[in-house]
Amino acid sequence: MGKVFQKPEAMSSNHTHYCPGCTHGIIHRLIAEVIDELGIMGNTVGIAPVGCAVLAYNYFECDFQEAAHGRAPAMATGIKRVRPDLTVFTYQGDGDLASIGMGEIIHAANRGEKFTTIFVNNAVYGMTGGQMAPTTMPNQKTSTSPFGRDVESVGMPMKVAELLSALQTPAFITRQTVIKPKYITRTKKSIKKAFEYQLANKCFSLVEVVSTCPTNWGMTSLDAIKWTEETLLPYYELGDKKLPE
Amino acid sequence: MGKILMKGNEAIGEAAIRAGCLNYFAYPITPQSEVAEYLSKRLPEVDGVFLQAESEVAVAYMIFGASGAGERVFTTSSSPGISLMCEGLSYVACAECPAVYVNIIRGGPGLGGILPSQADYFQATKGGGHGDYRLIVMAPDTVQEAVEMVMRAFPLAEKYRNPVMILGDGLIGQMMEPVEFPDHLKTEPSNKNDWATTGMDTRKSKTKNIVKSLFLDPAELYKKNIILKEKYDIIKEEEVMYDTYNMDVDYKMLIVSYGTMSRVCSTAIDLMKADGFEVGMLRPQTLFPFPEKEIFAAAQKESVKMLASIEMSMGQMVEDVERSVKGTRPVEWYGKAGGEVPTPEEVIEAVTSMYNKECA
Amino acid sequence: MQKEVMFAGFGGQGILSIGKILAHAAMEEGKEVIWIPSYGPEMRGGTAYCMVVISDRKIGSPIIKRPQHLVAMNRPSLDKFAPEVKPEGVILINTSLIPVDAGRSDIDEVKVPASDIANSLGSMRSANIVALSAFTARSGIVEFDTMKQCVKNEFMKKPKVLELNMLAVEEGKNAAVN
Repeated sequence: MGKVFQKPEAMSSNHTHYCPGCTHGIIHRLIAEVIDELGIMGNTVGIAPVGCAVLAYNYFECDFQEAAHGRAPAMATGIKRVRPDLTVFTYQGDGDLASIGMGEIIHAANRGEKFTTIFVNNAVYGMTGGQMAPTTMPNQKTSTSPFGRDVESVGMPMKVAELLSALQTPAFITRQTVIKPKYITRTKKSIKKAFEYQLANKCFSLVEVVSTCPTNWGMTSLDAIKWTEETLLPYYELGDKKLPE
Repeated sequence: MGKILMKGNEAIGEAAIRAGCLNYFAYPITPQSEVAEYLSKRLPEVDGVFLQAESEVAVAYMIFGASGAGERVFTTSSSPGISLMCEGLSYVACAECPAVYVNIIRGGPGLGGILPSQADYFQATKGGGHGDYRLIVMAPDTVQEAVEMVMRAFPLAEKYRNPVMILGDGLIGQMMEPVEFPDHLKTEPSNKNDWATTGMDTRKSKTKNIVKSLFLDPAELYKKNIILKEKYDIIKEEEVMYDTYNMDVDYKMLIVSYGTMSRVCSTAIDLMKADGFEVGMLRPQTLFPFPEKEIFAAAQKESVKMLASIEMSMGQMVEDVERSVKGTRPVEWYGKAGGEVPTPEEVIEAVTSMYNKECA
Repeated sequence: MQKEVMFAGFGGQGILSIGKILAHAAMEEGKEVIWIPSYGPEMRGGTAYCMVVISDRKIGSPIIKRPQHLVAMNRPSLDKFAPEVKPEGVILINTSLIPVDAGRSDIDEVKVPASDIANSLGSMRSANIVALSAFTARSGIVEFDTMKQCVKNEFMKKPKVLELNMLAVEEGKNAAVN
């Protein structure tokens, strides 16, 4: 009997530094599985963000570049424009993409850059210790919104997938989550589709993945999943937001 | 081919193409937007990449990405735009990626003006971005030399895997002069598969390349700093370039000046010579590495009473000139900034008065 | 030997363009040359000028306080630059738009109704070529035929404009000589 379960080739054997209950590991694995299935490991370049996934290059088996905070889409643009034959993906969190890097992601999407972005939205800054993000929910307490996000002062949480979908340039934009097995299967399908659009030189693609951060939310892993279902998902609705056709 | 009359900015764009660089990312800013305008027409003719980015911040990382992928790439900008790119320059320097940046300096600080200046000397030679890093900095005095320096910049950047900056000023960019282009460079960036993100398939080992500037372990980061310093020390030994003017006589005073300012000084020197006052000039063509030893040696000549650093800034290079002469001769500064360029007459007045004050 | 010419006028009068043509002509004759435009905020405000420096050796300072010659296409230009012209220089005055003299006795004043001549030829737009031609004929800064050839090269791709400008070259010469 052959092996029924093994790590994807595109994933390294390093232990990750992610906290218990964090979903980065699952999302990494899904990307690696897709890279394996598409047979593109030797021709793929990933861009690591600044944020919890800053060391992502240690966990993948493919070439990687490490960006400055928020600039991954500009770097991916640089690579993809001069080497359109490479498959390029950025892996970014919500502080990185939706705050400091909003300009770069909007313009890359609007130019229809042929790379893929995996956008991990856990409604908080992770690496720097749980500060408020543009995606933090109303009244959600964080280390810089100790009384809860005050929408009168800082506005409503930003819906990145919807915002980018408003652009007129064709793109594949979807929002998924990985908090339960049924969602994980759908997320993987979306990631694969996103890479396939890139391989077909079709369009920019972005998969937003609603994720958990039990550590910075101050919850157990199970409570974090529950809170995601009850609070995040009603606001961050899942599904395809834009298709290139 | 013979000489053609070309604007500095356009000649810089053409020189890059002839150096084999077909990738250009930029954001418009006066007084260098003609580079982008020229290349937006010219690069498509040679199947090159032209992209007008959303900001200089984005440009800096498009350059980082393209350079990290092993391709020859360059950008041009002017002072405020270069300030925005300095963060990226620090990353590119740490990740040891070769890339070429042209700064057609305008008056500062702040939004400043759009007329010629050399006030970004410190930014280019001492940092600009954070951390211990150095750029190789070259400063042309004519459109012809701008062309030659751009063409030299790419192989130099690749030799050391280090960013190179061409420091011009608004005049170098805006004026037209006859230029002659050297032959195309045929060289390809060498060994890029060993370090750049060209895809694992390009390596026999099938191991991954990581282009990064993150070293969380202090011992590892210190090691990186030492590697960089050793590289900069070699550059200091090997890559100094300078030119001299009226230095084959017993000059009483030595001017150190570069770029457009040095041309004004050469006219002033001619006029002073006619009046019987011999002044020599050493013109640094590289600002980093700075011709320290050469300036020291030129200052030791017995006839030399003092040195003057003459700049289109309020006194920046003068610090390097002082450092170079190691206290052996007095060093004074003269200059104007903000887009005002001293005339030969003003240089003569300043030089004569500082000489009389210091050496009478 | 170094000579400098300041070309000055309104934006749209083709000031930068005649400076370039003269620079080309000087280059054709094997001289060193620099063409320096004004690119400051004034270019948005409607006035334009450029300096052409011609020399038989490497040109030092591109910053010229006092030019040898001036081609003034409008009154503000004459007012501003005429006092700076070196003695014995040529000052060309476009009398169609400038009702006054240079007020200098130590220079060679050339009065040419460049705009009116151009108008009579069919288009105001060639006033700059009339002025360039008159200035070249009078100053001898480059061979007249070299300049003429450079005007041809400049407009080679626009036959109608070329035809007009060739007439402008002849009329400019006549105006300067008379």
